[in-house]
Amino acid sequence: MAFLKGKYGVLLAIAIIVLILPVAFPSNYYFRIATLVWISALAVIGLNLLMGYAGQVSLGHAGFFGMGAYAVAVGPTHLGIPPVASALLGAASAGLLAFVVGRPILKLRGHYLAVATLGMGILVAMVLNNEAQWTGGPDGMPVSRLVLFGFKVKGPVMWYWITAGFLFVGAWLALNLVDSPLGRALRALHDSETAARVGGIDVARHKLIVFVISAVYAAVAGSLLAFFDGLVTPNTAGFLHSIQLVTMVVLGGMGSILGSLVGAAVLVTLPQALTVFHDYEHLMLGLMMMLFMIFLRRGIVPTLRDRIAGRVQ
Amino acid sequence: MNAVLEVKDIGIDFGGVRAVDEVSFEIRPGQIFSIIGPNGAGKTTMFNLISGVYTPSRGAVKLAGEDVTGLPPHRLARLGLSRTFQNLQVYFRMTAVENVMVGRHIHEHVGITAQLFNLPSVRAQNRASRQKAMELLDFVGLADKADEPAGSLPYGALKRLEIARSLALGPKLLLLDEPAAGCNAVETEEIDGLIQEIAKSGVTVALVEHDMRLVMKISDRILVLDYGRKLIEGTATEVRNDPEVIAAYLGAHGQTEAARADH
Amino acid sequence: MADFLQFAFSGLTVGAIYALVALGFTIIYNASDVVNFAQGEFVMIGGMVTVFAYAAGLPLPVAALLAVIVAVFVGLALEWLAIEPARDAPPVTLIIITIGASIFLRGLAQVVFDKQFHSLPAFSGDEPIRIGGAALLPQSFWVLGSAIVIFLALYAFFNHTLTGKAVLATAANRFAARLVGINTTFVMALSFAVSAAIGAIAGVLVTPITLTSYDVGTLLALKGFASAMLGGMGNPIGAVIGGLLVGLLEAFGAGYINSEYKDAIAFLVILGVLFVMPQGLFGRSHTERV
Repeated sequence: MAFLKGKYGVLLAIAIIVLILPVAFPSNYYFRIATLVWISALAVIGLNLLMGYAGQVSLGHAGFFGMGAYAVAVGPTHLGIPPVASALLGAASAGLLAFVVGRPILKLRGHYLAVATLGMGILVAMVLNNEAQWTGGPDGMPVSRLVLFGFKVKGPVMWYWITAGFLFVGAWLALNLVDSPLGRALRALHDSETAARVGGIDVARHKLIVFVISAVYAAVAGSLLAFFDGLVTPNTAGFLHSIQLVTMVVLGGMGSILGSLVGAAVLVTLPQALTVFHDYEHLMLGLMMMLFMIFLRRGIVPTLRDRIAGRVQ
Repeated sequence: MNAVLEVKDIGIDFGGVRAVDEVSFEIRPGQIFSIIGPNGAGKTTMFNLISGVYTPSRGAVKLAGEDVTGLPPHRLARLGLSRTFQNLQVYFRMTAVENVMVGRHIHEHVGITAQLFNLPSVRAQNRASRQKAMELLDFVGLADKADEPAGSLPYGALKRLEIARSLALGPKLLLLDEPAAGCNAVETEEIDGLIQEIAKSGVTVALVEHDMRLVMKISDRILVLDYGRKLIEGTATEVRNDPEVIAAYLGAHGQTEAARADH
Repeated sequence: MADFLQFAFSGLTVGAIYALVALGFTIIYNASDVVNFAQGEFVMIGGMVTVFAYAAGLPLPVAALLAVIVAVFVGLALEWLAIEPARDAPPVTLIIITIGASIFLRGLAQVVFDKQFHSLPAFSGDEPIRIGGAALLPQSFWVLGSAIVIFLALYAFFNHTLTGKAVLATAANRFAARLVGINTTFVMALSFAVSAAIGAIAGVLVTPITLTSYDVGTLLALKGFASAMLGGMGNPIGAVIGGLLVGLLEAFGAGYINSEYKDAIAFLVILGVLFVMPQGLFGRSHTERV
């Protein structure tokens, strides 16, 4: 059983989920939902590195997500850059923005950090909303279909496998990081910044590194979503989306990669299951956020893990 | 021989209060140097000044002859300074061995990309850090607790865990802030042994401690602070017999206790 | 010059509303360390309930009073049902809870009321008053005047009543306050009630000028939060000055620079201030003890 714990256990669990789910899928609709889950989970894993491991809050991560999404819309349409190159550019610019604003922002703590990241995210969303000649304004803009080696990438089934691949690689990289010198330094500064500093860790630099990495995760996820949806809107970069990402992290479990997947799954699928109550969508989302945070404070995966461990002993 | 640490006319103010004021001293290589004084005398503040946690308002700090005044803690660590904390600063969510592995940080040289892809160099680094950490856990007597979460260890064990972590850095100078506080007689005895072994291994030790028996027994030099000022510096005997110290700090009770430590 | 006056006046008017929202933040933050992102929803409730009660035939003052009562009730419910059960949760969790409450209340308003924009008649007519070439709405005077009255009333409450002093004591040190026999649970409930009332009043006052709808709360909350942060979190006077500053900067920025990015100005200012002085204009800085 020991191998199910730790890095390879988590990867195995993700692989099994990805491989087995399609057996139970009666229609393309389910592939679509699962694809949305993988995409969100990818962004959430990145955010979890920042929040769950390094202990730094970001209420503006949808800004990076939106940059990735708009890169693959604006790049090919307005600048003639091939889609894949646009996605890479999107990830690079999100990383660059994180690098530039990260140093001053990450000096802040607690509520101050929250409001600074929030402000940054909102500014990105405002630019996307206002620069209509580039972005189509509040209505957003279409994204042309991804063509790779003369082969059209389309359909929920194909995207299911592509995004699952990204999720798997994203989880693998994150798990590697957590158990490396950098990951240990991040976890250390989460628990005691002073001790980390005195222990020779350049705290500002490490926070900046993980901020950039998490921004790149979000941007890649954003690009995937834009390709998959064939449409981008400023909402992808909006405040509400930032909050959804944060909620997924906390709901699944801070500092749990598997939790990131679970958190994304719950928050993506529940509203889908409740679409009959379309008018009540916000009401439901708000209620869910409150209930989860009150009753499942530590997150689903850590809570379950403790339950199971408790039973074994 | 050059002093490991040279503190010159150092001082810091907190909201107009001079928490530490014009204190100077030197620590020679291989010494166990203790700083004592009543509560609020500025002992921990002194450690915070030396280790860069606070920036001094006045004065200078030299580490092995090099002026390091105002350097941030992580730079000082690379120059061979390490410390523990009076109120535990353990990484509670990490295992015991991981805590000590973090202490190896400045000796870990692998790139970010290598870490993301877990390249062989990273795996080798992780093994090396873990091995060194295990040796140190063994040294402080916590080898059997290596893979337990630090949060689940008892207080005395955490004190020793911090010592192991601070040694992992490979310091020239180690600042120990009340390593025996809250420990019972047996645990204090163990810590006493540890400190002497650390000093024997060539690490210079600066110690803040309330347990007078421990201080008098193991210190080469003692600095007495009172209200942020230097009262006296000298050997255990000199300090114990100084009338000012007796008046300001030891009192009748402390004196008898110190005397008992002699036998 | 006329432009300048016009911008200054509209900036002060909007700024007074931000100041009231920021003040609401501050009161709750001081009593409980909770940053209440649902603060903007109190403003929304104040406006929307008044609109609908007024449309149903109630006289405006009665409709406004009803709105304040509803908001206070919602504030108490929020504190009792959502904050109290999560008292010891980490700040991120509490932030998500209050944001959840904000989204929930917005969704509720959408169902109970509608998704349209609504207005109220100005309290004393729409005839602009001309001063130095600038046209000033009489409603602006109502906003500014009421804001001043609220500030003074709060000041008197906190400094000259026993209950107010109990709130301040709780803010300074909750544990010590409990030791000397202050009912901190009551203080928390009170802070939510007072904040909700202030928010609702702001909502009633501003609706004739800026209109209201189910979703006006979010941006107001964010800007109120930015104002509180600008002034220094936890400092009531800082919150007021921060609110006025944000309002003025917005008005001048929109007037002289670019009106499309009016909403961005508050956040640019905040980022700028936080980078230069992380504790805000009037915040306390503190040294970490180890």
